[in-house]
Amino acid sequence: MTSFARSFFCRPMAAFGFAVFIVILVIALAAPLIFVRGPFTIVGMPLLAPGSPGLFAGSDVLGRDMAVGLAYGARISLLVGVTSTLGAIGIGVLLGATAGYYGGMVDDLLMRITEFFQIIPTFVLLMVLVAFMQPSLGSAVIGIALISWPQVARVVRGEFLSLREREFVQAARVLGLSDARIIFGQILPNALSPIVVISSMMVGNAILTESALAFLGLGDPNLLSWGSMIGGSRSAMWVAWWTTVLPGLCIMVTVLALNFIGDGLNDALNPRRRR
Amino acid sequence: MMSGLKPRYVAMRLVKTVLVAIAVVVLSFFLIRLAPGDAATVMAGQAGYADEAFMKSLRAEYGLDQPLPVQFWKYADAVAHGDLGTSYVRRQPVLGVIMERLPNTLLLDAFALLVAASGGVWLGALAARKPGSVGDNAVSVLSMLFYAVPQFWLGMMMVLFFAVWLAMLPPFGIETMGADYTGLARIGDVAEHMILPGLTLALYYMASYARLTRAAMIEVSEQDFVKTARAKGISERQVARRHILRNALIPLVTYAGLQASLLVGGTVLIENVFSWPGVGTLAYEAVQGRDNPLLLGIFIVTAILVSLFNLVTDITYAIVDPRVELG
Repeated sequence: MTSFARSFFCRPMAAFGFAVFIVILVIALAAPLIFVRGPFTIVGMPLLAPGSPGLFAGSDVLGRDMAVGLAYGARISLLVGVTSTLGAIGIGVLLGATAGYYGGMVDDLLMRITEFFQIIPTFVLLMVLVAFMQPSLGSAVIGIALISWPQVARVVRGEFLSLREREFVQAARVLGLSDARIIFGQILPNALSPIVVISSMMVGNAILTESALAFLGLGDPNLLSWGSMIGGSRSAMWVAWWTTVLPGLCIMVTVLALNFIGDGLNDALNPRRRR
Repeated sequence: MMSGLKPRYVAMRLVKTVLVAIAVVVLSFFLIRLAPGDAATVMAGQAGYADEAFMKSLRAEYGLDQPLPVQFWKYADAVAHGDLGTSYVRRQPVLGVIMERLPNTLLLDAFALLVAASGGVWLGALAARKPGSVGDNAVSVLSMLFYAVPQFWLGMMMVLFFAVWLAMLPPFGIETMGADYTGLARIGDVAEHMILPGLTLALYYMASYARLTRAAMIEVSEQDFVKTARAKGISERQVARRHILRNALIPLVTYAGLQASLLVGGTVLIENVFSWPGVGTLAYEAVQGRDNPLLLGIFIVTAILVSLFNLVTDITYAIVDPRVELG
């Protein structure tokens, strides 16, 4: 583990991404402690420029403190990003492992489903799912998990297909271990590194997707997120650039940090695949 | 060069495309029916009142009072005859509504794909020439940036920069309202409106093309036939173009096929930001209005388009790469 950490942190981009991510995480966790009044409190005139007294990020169309909104927005982005990815990994690992281990009909069915996801417009499907479940934090998480599991399933299936014929799996079978113990106790631990790499990228993608939903007005109406801040300031964009520029920069920096971490993990876990 | 392509293969793929279309019809139909409430509740909501008799007449009008299998059979039968039903909100045939918007989306997609592929291949080739150089790193950093930017926000920034601050390009719409241009002037007007949304779409995909081209070119350049070409004394430029790039393009064709689904469905946000009257804005309206027949129609039409596009890329693949034997 220490050699893994060394090989991860000696990559400047990965270390930088990790540091930025920790800062964002701390801001997200500390937001309710620092800004007790919450992001919806009106603190002054609308559309005050950044640097106005007490408002280093300016105020939005309703006169709310942009800085507070940005800090609270980090909570939504990280929460949705992480939980929806966990959901997608859960479904994807279960189905991918079953398909890869047993093959046959199960495998065929799963492959047809992932193909279905590749040809239908998934973002439209997501909008439909969220609109039908009523826009909320929960529906965003469920919706994003439901449209992103197929990519996990494909990766896991591929790993299982190549691992299931190895000697250690045969040995486990000879010992009489149950299928479940072979799948989760023997094969899965050996297939972890691609899952770890893909999941850090997926968190970033989920954050982008959540912001797009919120931007279109399909986010939780009771919560302020980076996407809904941008969507809510569309009319003000022409006169007050900061209302749209700042939340967008926050999304970009967060996703960039996660992608740097993902690249670093990929290099550290698969030294042979480096180029 | 056509040796890899067999008529039997093309026929098989066409059959598969039809099967996929049928699967999409079935899956989408039942998926959308899983939602709580039906069109009658939505329309009653729009009308502002609803007594039981009114709801009943609405359900009867749209056939919603019949058992689900019967509804499905009627729908499938109509689809097989090219009838995708009637839009609840627009009260027009779904197919007509989609076909009216489709050319606008395809125009935007074609422009974006062209810019993305040509720009991305050029940048990727540039980066692959000297891995680790300043140019290479610049391309990597730029492509990572465009991966991390929310597309809709990038669009808004383009509007802010090119339409508001520089006042160079129109910020939204597909043509100037009320100008009534005809002929060449109209084409020029549409082209001008297409630049910002098209570029925004293209920048994201350009990043992926650049990454792929770079990786593929570096991989190909390490192979023996490239060394042979160099040993024969062919100029470096020729080796890069004729030996490396041509072989590196093969995986890119597959990738373009995979991207088609993203492009057709991925225009929702861009069309929304730029008020582009395409299928994406239509899908958004359909979701807002719970217009199930229209949503189903959009799923079916885009799925068929993407399958056809995949078919074309597979065939292109066989033509570009003589080693591929299909069938």
